[in-house]
Amino acid sequence: MSNNENLRRIAVDPVTRVEGHGKITLLLDEANHVREARFHIVEFRGFEKFIQGRPYWEVPYFVQRLCGICPVSHHLAAAKAVDQLVGVDELTPTSTKLRKLLHFGQTMQSHALHFFHLSSPDLLFGFGSNLEHRNIIGVIEDFPDLALKGVRLRKYGQQVIEVISGKRIHGAATVPGGMNKALTIEERDRLLADINDVLTWAQEAVDLNEKIHTSHPENHGFGRLNSNYLSMVGDKGELELYHGGLRANKSDGSSIFDQFDYRGYYNIIREEVRSWSYMKFPYLTELGRDDGWYRVGPLARINNCDYIATPLAEAARKSFKAFGNGGFVHDTLAYHWARMIEVLHCAEAIRDLLLDPEILGTDLVMKGEKREEGVGVIEAPRGTLFHHYKVNEDGTIKKANLIVSTTSNNQAMNESVRSVANEYLDGNEITEGLLNHLEVAIRAYDPCLSCATHALGKMPLEVELIGADGEAVDRIEKASSGAINRTL
Amino acid sequence: MNNNADKIIKIDGVDVPFKDGQTIMDAALAADIYIPHLCHKPGLSPHGSCKLCTVDVNGRPASSCTMPASEGQEIANNTPALNEVRKSITQMLFIEGNHLCPSCEKTGDCTLQAIGYHLGMLDGHFPQFYPRREVDASHGSLVLDRDRCIMCELCVRASRECDGKNVFTISGRGTNRHLIVNSDSGKLVDSDIELEDMAAHICPVGAILIKDHGYEVPIGRRTFDIHSVAETDLDDVILTKVRHHDE
Ligand code: SF4
Ligand code: FES
Ligand code: NI
Repeated sequence: MSNNENLRRIAVDPVTRVEGHGKITLLLDEANHVREARFHIVEFRGFEKFIQGRPYWEVPYFVQRLCGICPVSHHLAAAKAVDQLVGVDELTPTSTKLRKLLHFGQTMQSHALHFFHLSSPDLLFGFGSNLEHRNIIGVIEDFPDLALKGVRLRKYGQQVIEVISGKRIHGAATVPGGMNKALTIEERDRLLADINDVLTWAQEAVDLNEKIHTSHPENHGFGRLNSNYLSMVGDKGELELYHGGLRANKSDGSSIFDQFDYRGYYNIIREEVRSWSYMKFPYLTELGRDDGWYRVGPLARINNCDYIATPLAEAARKSFKAFGNGGFVHDTLAYHWARMIEVLHCAEAIRDLLLDPEILGTDLVMKGEKREEGVGVIEAPRGTLFHHYKVNEDGTIKKANLIVSTTSNNQAMNESVRSVANEYLDGNEITEGLLNHLEVAIRAYDPCLSCATHALGKMPLEVELIGADGEAVDRIEKASSGAINRTL
Repeated sequence: MNNNADKIIKIDGVDVPFKDGQTIMDAALAADIYIPHLCHKPGLSPHGSCKLCTVDVNGRPASSCTMPASEGQEIANNTPALNEVRKSITQMLFIEGNHLCPSCEKTGDCTLQAIGYHLGMLDGHFPQFYPRREVDASHGSLVLDRDRCIMCELCVRASRECDGKNVFTISGRGTNRHLIVNSDSGKLVDSDIELEDMAAHICPVGAILIKDHGYEVPIGRRTFDIHSVAETDLDDVILTKVRHHDE
């Protein structure tokens, strides 16, 4: 094994990502109620065009550059599509397990970063509390033990990624039809050494979230939406993050479809384009444009699944269910709780995989007959992620289509923002309090704006109020430094 | 003169013996002294185009891969000033093409990237050109991705001098310079290049790649994970490495 010092790369990357910033426009009606909320995201566009003409086997590597925080998710979704392009529907057992391990590591690190760094300050100190203290530094001061465990959980997830793909970010793991590297006994043992601690920390994170939710009934309705939910489930209806069928349920728990083969996703999901946003608005075809929007991500997955195959996470799911009186939990802030249940599941699943002798296998690549089309879907940390490619005869990409998780939550984020704005908007003025609450609502979804600003936990945000006559009434801006300015 | 070995040049103050007919580069490599180079590969005729191997010979800049060694030369090689110039050249090579290292199959196996690292290059420094260049995937087992071509002409020379063919040529001037394929259609599929050819494996960057293959060598086991670009016998290593990909 070479040491990490040697893994040196210059990563010159001329495709500079548009720095993420959010903008919210609140449209008022005559009675000064928020009629519509529009959350605009400046996101990296043109990717689908960019990849045209590139060789298909490059795609899983190319797409890692879509996002700095969840490159592994794009890598795996694309890799699953590429498997189909080389005619492989099922990998060797070892390769499937290695990919799952990678995916669980990624989910754990992404969720841990989001909860501990970005959201725990809001939840622990209250959304209205002093901004100076309501950040990760504040958490470290007041809850040093918790902050440390958060850091360690994330680090463990990163270690898993590093072991499988060679690097923490932009590693190399998949090849068409399999994986490029077997796991060694030493690597496995290194990961196993810490797993019991990881399980304990994950359990504590779940317990903390349960307590936050049960002891703050006032947050129950915060940004709450009785929405539809879309996620993947395993063939027995269990929580499944890597491979399964699609399930959509209505808010009352009734089924819209189940075990749908995702390769035909375009038959059940359409994407609406709206003039004011670069980001599309996907909806479930069966329910139509107005009613067909849905939520994805941890909340959708924990609501939708019938059970979780690992015992600790399953016990946590049962408490979660009890919180929703047996039905779906629609609280937007419950995303955080669901997220930590998934971290616990990942920890258990990682342990089980590491203890499975097959994980050390060396049969890694399958071959098949080439095909012209491939669809890869996974449950990324932020929700269902679709990658769809068509190739020319010479092996170059003819057409690509992606539906990223944040796009699926687009309408839901707007609805949550509208609900929170209506509750906290006082008159015609945007207050700091309103802005903070809007931010907390959006953050619950863990949107992938630009992962760079995201990582700092400081999303530059502009909020604009438009009166019934179409004129701007007020506008304020929060810089990434936290400074708030009225710009109208 | 019959005792060749007595002839000496000085590189950075060190005595380096040479034989008649050797270039400064030849003598340096034989003495295990690294002079950064991209368009040079022992065994192929020197080309002198990348200018990375520039050294000061008795105070004047010269390309060491083409400059014959001659008695009494005082040569400066590994100096901060020369390495700074080399770094700028490397940066220009980066920004003139589309080198997206994180997604490139050659990452860790790429000599351009390794030299950039060796010279302490941290960014492209100059504004990106973003050229639009054509990908030729017409061939059954090879892909030519001109986005990454640095026009070193190693493939041109390998095809002519090793493979006995004439598959590639550089055409055009200035920013229009690009690699063309000598076939009626201009496509690789209509040329006589074959997977076994040296030209198919010699590209120091990721411009000529083996089709349907990629990323098979895990990170940690790639050429420059294991070797330094300054190892003077590296050219052999790289060739065996690349061949390894299509086994
Ligand atoms: S294709 Fe590769 S070997 Fe040929 S000129 Fe371009 S960079 Fe050099
Ligand atoms: S190596 Fe001498 S000019 Fe390129
Ligand atoms: Ni992302």
